[in-house]
Amino acid sequence: MARIGVVTFPGTLDDRDAARAVRLAGAEAVSLWHADADLHGVDAVVLPGGFSYGDYLRAGAISRFAPVMGEIVDAANRGLPVLGICNGFQVLTEAHLLPGSMIKNDHLHFVCREQVLSVENVDTAWTRDYAQGERITVPLKNQDGQYVADERTLDELEGEGRVVFRYQDVNPNGSRRGIAGITNAAGNVVGLMPHPEHAVEQGFGPDGAHGPRTGTDGLRFFTSVLHALVG
Amino acid sequence: MGRVVVDVMPKPEILDPQGKAVAGALPRLGFGQFAGVRQGKRFELEVDGPVTDEILAAARAAGEQVLSNPVIEDVVAVYEDTDAQVGA
Repeated sequence: MARIGVVTFPGTLDDRDAARAVRLAGAEAVSLWHADADLHGVDAVVLPGGFSYGDYLRAGAISRFAPVMGEIVDAANRGLPVLGICNGFQVLTEAHLLPGSMIKNDHLHFVCREQVLSVENVDTAWTRDYAQGERITVPLKNQDGQYVADERTLDELEGEGRVVFRYQDVNPNGSRRGIAGITNAAGNVVGLMPHPEHAVEQGFGPDGAHGPRTGTDGLRFFTSVLHALVG
Repeated sequence: MGRVVVDVMPKPEILDPQGKAVAGALPRLGFGQFAGVRQGKRFELEVDGPVTDEILAAARAAGEQVLSNPVIEDVVAVYEDTDAQVGA
């Protein structure tokens, strides 16, 4: 059985939901602690959301220097699938595994909503079970969610197909070009602000096609990586 | 004891939502003189000894590598806070 690590930093909030999503997808969830100096042989890593180190300095800035991050950066550069969700995405940008950064939402309010996204790259380790252009609904909840990068970086991301998710219907935080999530050139590292791990089980997710709270559009992030590992 | 100040500001081309909100609040409080506000960060780094050129260089390096994120912020000033020695 595939073993997927879920990292807990001080201030991480969504590690248990992420571990649950991993198990629902059919893999073993392995808890990784911020002070761990090795990855316990996991096949992939999820950096979950929350407010690691209280978002002191900048969101994700202190986490980048946690011992476990050194291991994750090395492994990611060797091809280990890594998914950063919300604060985990912020950590990935601070660690320079993904370009750009997140600043405060343009309207300055915390946002919490069921967000429609388009899936624009289905060749990554975390999206291969989606259809190109598919619209999915997953929760979005953050304060510092406005994705920014310089125009050259944005053009590169677009030109190389590295915009993986884009906000649809509304841009909830002022992100440049409606970008909700991106990948590295190799497609093994993906980061996004919305929370797929909160949309993996009927009864607990956003509203879906079969009624209130039936949405499970996030589950295929986690099945995707299992298929990427065996494929 | 010495102290080095590192000032970090959002890059000019980056919209500063906090500064914009402050700029909106000022006229409501009677301060109509200010056309714009940008909000940054001031770090005070303390050292046990005097502030040498090496200390200033280290403070600048820390500013660029840790205290700021070069994607969204600039280190705009690194200097010794000479008043700090009074309280040492």
